[in-house]
Amino acid sequence: MKNDIGHRETSVKQMLISGAPIFRIAQLPNFISHVATHLIRHFMADNTPNDTYNGGSDDMARRDFLKKSGMLTAFALAPPSVLAAADQKICDKVADFLETMPLNIQINGTKHTLQVEPRTTLLDLLRENLELTGTKKGCDHGQCGACTVHVNGSRVLSCLTLAAMQQNAEVTTIEGLSDGKKLHPMQEAFIKYDGFQCGYCTPGQIMSGIACIKEGHAGSREEISEYMSGNICRCGAYNNIVDAIEEVKKGGKLS
Amino acid sequence: MKNFQLVKASTRESAIATIAKDETATFIAGGTNLIDLMKKRVTEPDRLIDINGLEFGKIIDADGKIRIGALAKNSEVAQEKIICKKQPLLSMALDAGASQQIRNMATVGGNMMQRTRCPYFYNPDMPCNKREPKSGCGAKEGFNRMHAIFGASDSCIAVHPSDMCIALAALDAIVLVDGPKGERRIPFTEFHRLPGELPEKDNTLERTELITAIEIPDNNYEKNVHYLKIRDRTSYAFALVSVAVALDIDKGNIREARLALGGVAHKPWRLFEVENYLKGKPATENTFREAARMSVQGAKGFGGNDFKIKLTPNAVSEALAIAASK
Repeated sequence: MKNDIGHRETSVKQMLISGAPIFRIAQLPNFISHVATHLIRHFMADNTPNDTYNGGSDDMARRDFLKKSGMLTAFALAPPSVLAAADQKICDKVADFLETMPLNIQINGTKHTLQVEPRTTLLDLLRENLELTGTKKGCDHGQCGACTVHVNGSRVLSCLTLAAMQQNAEVTTIEGLSDGKKLHPMQEAFIKYDGFQCGYCTPGQIMSGIACIKEGHAGSREEISEYMSGNICRCGAYNNIVDAIEEVKKGGKLS
Repeated sequence: MKNFQLVKASTRESAIATIAKDETATFIAGGTNLIDLMKKRVTEPDRLIDINGLEFGKIIDADGKIRIGALAKNSEVAQEKIICKKQPLLSMALDAGASQQIRNMATVGGNMMQRTRCPYFYNPDMPCNKREPKSGCGAKEGFNRMHAIFGASDSCIAVHPSDMCIALAALDAIVLVDGPKGERRIPFTEFHRLPGELPEKDNTLERTELITAIEIPDNNYEKNVHYLKIRDRTSYAFALVSVAVALDIDKGNIREARLALGGVAHKPWRLFEVENYLKGKPATENTFREAARMSVQGAKGFGGNDFKIKLTPNAVSEALAIAASK
């Protein structure tokens, strides 16, 4: 995913050089999509109005961009598969390919109606689009558990979950646990037992720990360790984390 | 990750028709392996067909034969009462794989389709015949501690990574698939393949076919079974060597035995000869030691993984002893 950020920065540079209007980085993928679709339609002498895809308000800006920028720049921005599709004159397919998708999703009790790129992970949606940065990006490859959230009551790795595949899902993140200023029992227990040092893995550990109890996998210290093995703590606070989970389990507040 | 088109299949027929039309498309279920491979740019499909809405059925017991729908989650199967009671080996193997978060996401069909964890396959800067045919094999003379000691070829020495599949191979499971030419049944031991000259092909499933279910025939492996997984840490790591054992013991004698190894070959490595040897023998240490000795006949190391030739027989006799003592 780091590459994507790099790619976007390059695109900004290309656009500045070509004299194109400057957009917020967050708008770029959408913008690029519009431009590529527009160009392909232009090349295919297809004069149907551009009302089949998102946008409208930035139409003028897009036309300006097309006038000012060379074709080469625009082609540089279009993914190779788009160009291949243009060659084959499969206009609809191209338009579909570049489309973002509508997503209805409930996060911590709040309903959201969003447009997401198919490749957006749930983790990136939470952190980058919704500014819910409590959920952490550790390895981004499903190896560390820092991104653990609950989807429809089940603990999953948000870094390996495509947001667009979570239509109508109910997501709970670390931000959704406390009741106002009253912390969740697991949060209290992590503080009481010093279940962390640097704290980076903690949101994932807490989400995982709650699920571990609810699943019925917190019967002994050994069982807790086994079923918490997907959450890595580089500081090595494991014993204290097990203490915290054990206490919440014994307190019987979660079942 | 390269962007792609995401389509949701509403019926089995439309899923198969969509993939048949588009060579750049691939199915996605749990996505735990596929999304990782896409982030690493090991695989870059233009279109994903989300099959999670399809009805492949739950876990059912039909006259002793267990049928598991391909979209059942790994954690769901591991905890299902009927599996724990009738096929505990499968439950143990599932619990030995990945982490609970991943088991909550990963499906049975997806587990079977996961790719090798060979570091050369995972790194597009390295040569790998599996990822890029004819680019060479970096592992053969490189870092090959995790690699195959059985059935490797000049072009590939990677191993199959699943735990679930080792148990299913031992239990004589059948894979039910559907495709443009209709449905067919594949014996589990013939589902995955050895690399040979086509290491890019992990299994015998056609690109346009879809796994719909797994069937496990009725058996007597409810008690004396064990899944022993040897790995670099106690949990959440791939197997160096794993052993799936199922014994049917009657008055101290072995009536039937099933034995399969993980982490040693490009497919679950069934030990048919050792099973034949065990049949009718007393369930004693001497029998297990001889079975262990036989288990590595024909094994070949590549330097870094030579230790597996010693580790495997020790794991086999240990797993047999644990299973027999239950």
